Amino acid sequence: MTLLQVEDLRAYYRTEVYGISRSVRAVDGVSLVLNHNEIYGIAGESSCGKTTLIKVISGTIKPPLRVESGSVRYNFKAFDVDMLNIDEDDLRLNVRWKEISYVMQGSMSVLNPVRKIIRTFEDIVKTHQGLPDKKLFLEHTRTHVRTLGLPADVLNLYPHQLSGGMRQRVAIALATVFHPSLIIADEPTTALDVVVQRGVLHMLKAIQEQSANTVLLVTHDLAVHANVADRVGIMYAGRIVEEAPTRIIFNEPRHPYTQHLIQSLPVIGDKSPKASLSGAPPSLANPPSGCRFHPRCPMAMEICLTETPEMIRLTPQHRVACHLMTGARA
Amino acid sequence: MSENEKLLDVQNVMVSFHVGGWIGGGRLAAVNNVSFALEAAKPEIFTLAGESGSGKTTLARLLLHDLDPTTGKILFEGRDLATIKKRKDVMEFMRKVQPVFQNPFDTFSPLSHVEDYLFDTAVNFGLAPNRRSAAPVVDEALHQVGLSLDEVSQRYPHELSGGQIQRVSVARALIPQPRLILADEPVSMVDASLRMSIVNLFRKLRDEQEVSVIYITHDLATAYYISDRIAIMLRGSVVESGSVEAVLDRPRHPYTQLLQESVPKPAAADREQWAKEIKLGALEITEYRQVGCKYASRCPHVMDICRTADPPDLEVDGRMVKCYLYTNDAKQGVERSAHLEDYKTI
Repeated sequence: MTLLQVEDLRAYYRTEVYGISRSVRAVDGVSLVLNHNEIYGIAGESSCGKTTLIKVISGTIKPPLRVESGSVRYNFKAFDVDMLNIDEDDLRLNVRWKEISYVMQGSMSVLNPVRKIIRTFEDIVKTHQGLPDKKLFLEHTRTHVRTLGLPADVLNLYPHQLSGGMRQRVAIALATVFHPSLIIADEPTTALDVVVQRGVLHMLKAIQEQSANTVLLVTHDLAVHANVADRVGIMYAGRIVEEAPTRIIFNEPRHPYTQHLIQSLPVIGDKSPKASLSGAPPSLANPPSGCRFHPRCPMAMEICLTETPEMIRLTPQHRVACHLMTGARA
Repeated sequence: MSENEKLLDVQNVMVSFHVGGWIGGGRLAAVNNVSFALEAAKPEIFTLAGESGSGKTTLARLLLHDLDPTTGKILFEGRDLATIKKRKDVMEFMRKVQPVFQNPFDTFSPLSHVEDYLFDTAVNFGLAPNRRSAAPVVDEALHQVGLSLDEVSQRYPHELSGGQIQRVSVARALIPQPRLILADEPVSMVDASLRMSIVNLFRKLRDEQEVSVIYITHDLATAYYISDRIAIMLRGSVVESGSVEAVLDRPRHPYTQLLQESVPKPAAADREQWAKEIKLGALEITEYRQVGCKYASRCPHVMDICRTADPPDLEVDGRMVKCYLYTNDAKQGVERSAHLEDYKTI
């Protein structure tokens, strides 16, 4: 059962100043499917298009970002939505927060610093549902927060009185008030230390298991994906280069970029020298020709310079975009 | 210089800050009775690890002579930092101890070329009389980090990748030829595919340039990869310290055990252990104020004695552990609490 179907999505940032136009091809031909009841992980370096992909998926498309082609379709329980052709009011009232919610990296900037946490809850509920009975709302919010394992006292505190981990958990509680079908978590634990990260991710996972919804977890930390995600997609320079169930990605990575990322992860108990990739992530305003990884790829061939590799299905669950795979088949 | 001279000697340092208002306020020991030393003859990478709010950065400020300890003292090359007051002495100290900060894009001004800062450092520390003659000094420092002056000259910070610019900031720290580099979370902002280049660079500096590095981080996996010794901090105190293999392969303090277990393993097979339920810390202030062991409220092996007084520093299996579990009197208590643990799981 699919929740979201993205097909050949291309979203570019286009700017035109004094007749000179520039385009940054942040998402360039991404296809992906999210199922109900799973945690899908997207991994990639900064400026590989992760955040742009999320923006398009969540319907936050504002100039200079423009969708050039492709489609983003949702099948929610009650209704279907075509994200690229939806009325802004409809999106705000019926989809955002009720069906799709968003947990951001800097939770400090999500919460209003001059209002108590409970007021932020109130704002959200008022906007999306209306607030006829304040007593009932308070009771619901308290139970909601408590079921997530947070003390109900946090509701009467200001954001600065909470620690980073607590704030992030409050942000998750806010994102789940209406039990949405899709929770997008963009680097939810990047600023946190390992113990708190573990706590926050446990909470996210528990919520997912309870309400059987979908979580799109975006982080550059592969070790987090190994422990949380059901399926992982690796992004490089605006494209998904490999996608497979977590176990397969870590045990049999096929794309040279994935292989490098996994080999270079430091592990406790292993002091052997680990190499770093040469070169830097490419600029999306002027990406390399052919396979975008070829300038840094240790196994680059002639064909990689000119032709973009197609996405190939090795197994029904495992997709790779690399010429080495086609070579192996031919 | 004699054999056993110490490069850096931190002796029973304590820093306390005032928190709260005039009434009902109190003092909070952000760094509590910390001691460690780095040998001058043997350069090494020493890691200070711990969760946020454990006093790592306060300790770093102490070592950079940015903050004076409330009690205790810090000796650098045998000289007490508190006696370094004159401008000339401070410059001399700054020349020998250099920092590398977390976010390289904050380190450099976005409005000037990156090499300006390098030239300024060279001139200010008197390695070259003027900017024109500083070029070879700057170029040499950049070569040590695998870059060259041609590559970075006339470039603004935003034109370099995160890995490159962090290497430039390490190069800047290397210009005055320091004995000690203090790196506060140097890789947490750097992309995964470039992270190892920075980490490997610190290794190279230790081996080839004989620079000691104090590596402050909460990332235990990279700490294990590069460091020789490690100290685990919790709410201002060092709870376990020793060689990195001993501490992280076989942690003894319950807090280190939790930390080590919480590092997500990059193999999909070990998910069960990481998924075990954990207890997160209460508000930082309440834990700081706690009498006795600061970990008592979260510790699975907690005993009555833990809540009465600070645990002693004990020598266990070649490392220092600050925990009552390893005192002789407590041995029986351990068995009892281990038994209780079994009971809970049933």
